[in-house]
Amino acid sequence: MSRPAPASHLFRGTALPWLLLLPQLVITALFFFWPAGQAVWQSLLREDAFGLRSEFVGLENFADVLADPTWLAAFGRTLLFSGSVASLALVSALFLAVQADRNIRGASVFKTLLIWPYAVAPAVAAVLWLFMFHPNIGIFGRMLNAAGIAWDYKLNGDQAMLLVIVASAWKQVSYNFIFFLAGLQSIPKSVLEAAAIDGASPRYRFWTVVFPLLSPTAFFLLVVNLVYAFFDTFGVIHALTQGGPGKATETLIYRVYTDGVVNLNLGSSAAQSVILMVLVVGLTFMQFRYVERRVHY
Amino acid sequence: MRRTPMAYLWLTLGVLVFAFPIYMTLIGSTHDASTIGRGDVPLLPGPLGGENYANAWNGTGGGRIQGQPAGLMLANSLIMALCIAAGKIAISLLSAFAVVYFRFPGRMLAFWLIFITLMLPVEVRIIPTFQVMVDLSLTNSRAGLIVPLMASATATLLFRQFFLTIPREYVEAAKVDGAGPLRFFRDVVLPLSVTNIAALFVILFIYGWNQYLWPLLIINERSLETIVVGLTKMIGTGDSQNEWNIIMATAVMAMLPPVAVVVLMQRWFIKGLTETEK
Repeated sequence: MSRPAPASHLFRGTALPWLLLLPQLVITALFFFWPAGQAVWQSLLREDAFGLRSEFVGLENFADVLADPTWLAAFGRTLLFSGSVASLALVSALFLAVQADRNIRGASVFKTLLIWPYAVAPAVAAVLWLFMFHPNIGIFGRMLNAAGIAWDYKLNGDQAMLLVIVASAWKQVSYNFIFFLAGLQSIPKSVLEAAAIDGASPRYRFWTVVFPLLSPTAFFLLVVNLVYAFFDTFGVIHALTQGGPGKATETLIYRVYTDGVVNLNLGSSAAQSVILMVLVVGLTFMQFRYVERRVHY
Repeated sequence: MRRTPMAYLWLTLGVLVFAFPIYMTLIGSTHDASTIGRGDVPLLPGPLGGENYANAWNGTGGGRIQGQPAGLMLANSLIMALCIAAGKIAISLLSAFAVVYFRFPGRMLAFWLIFITLMLPVEVRIIPTFQVMVDLSLTNSRAGLIVPLMASATATLLFRQFFLTIPREYVEAAKVDGAGPLRFFRDVVLPLSVTNIAALFVILFIYGWNQYLWPLLIINERSLETIVVGLTKMIGTGDSQNEWNIIMATAVMAMLPPVAVVVLMQRWFIKGLTETEK
């Protein structure tokens, strides 16, 4: 992990370093390994309706979850939702970063004005969008209805999905913008000048020179955005639609919450948690492997 | 350079898309509830700003939804965000120091035990973590709210990365001067880490302030409620007859502290963001 250091560059002792590590290890053990282990254990158990007895059922919970059409629907919905949030947030952030990277006056003012939404909590972002798109009191919601479009995200599932996607992406753009701008600014000017001298058009230059150099950043951001859309958007959905109407905006994490907290179906909820863990670990590994292989500045 | 005017146009448009929701929120917080409830939100500020904010702050709207006083919820959020940020930084400084400056049996094991937590956000293991809190009788307490959110490896990895760039000769020099590891930590490592600590603080403060699912689960006692959760509870099912003016005033107050931190500490914020995520 690090270059080997000679003994003179290290301190000696065994008790002291363990003592220094202790706070973090205790917290990690209590609130990470114990619950993660519990989740795995519970995913193998089934409780009776009164929560009095539980029996070992092996992988049955997993089989049930994976065969449950409503879970599979939530899975598909989560893919659609996360894919839309990530692409919307990535494309608009890249576009704005390219504009802000140009040599213009006041670039730093624009930068400040574009990064602050990062600080807005997802649930608060939902409140802001609700206030604009509420069918009766929202300025845009009323406009849509006045224009003859029957807009009510509380009744129409597609409209509800659209609204949670836009509100979730809105909040994530500034994060992506910061990374794209940093990536653009680290491209050596000489590379761009060389391409310009060769007579390549700006659009051609962007797709053949700039974008390939940005692709590691873009891939990293894609994974971060997907993880954001999987989990952090719980607040957006809870505040805006509570997963509804029907189950139109129920994502996997929302379902874990409903099954575990509202329906108290712990075995199933634990199995779903374990599936989510596997998904996230998979995404993270993909990122590490990709970054190792493909990143060549 | 030919295309510069377009850049202004697009950037201005981008800024407007970001600013408009906030503008409407500010406007909403300055009118009375019935104007908003009728659907006649004007595009200009009304005269009731002071009154609405005072009502939101004290939790004294006249309507049917009695929110908690925003002043109290802001204090709860502030305590949570500060404790999470300070706690994470403190435990991470210590553990990174141990991993970098000592060679001891089990060092790699300890490192990997911490490192592996990087992959799983709290949301994934939310229900089992909640049950652990029930077993420890820590629900409805500040400790239960704050301590579990400190278990994360990001800060430890960042400090480890930074400590590895501190010249190793300093250790030798410290030893010659007869300084032990704790002295070295206090007099050399800590002062050198100030910028990194500031950068990380900004990121973690926002992370803590914006927590949602965990506080929602762990806190039932309304006097411990945080402002983000309290705000969405005021909305309920989004009825037109809600006291939207008070809700909007509360939303503004829920946004203000983290936004101020980002804008005022922008330099550290960007440093913290781009370095923690490497």
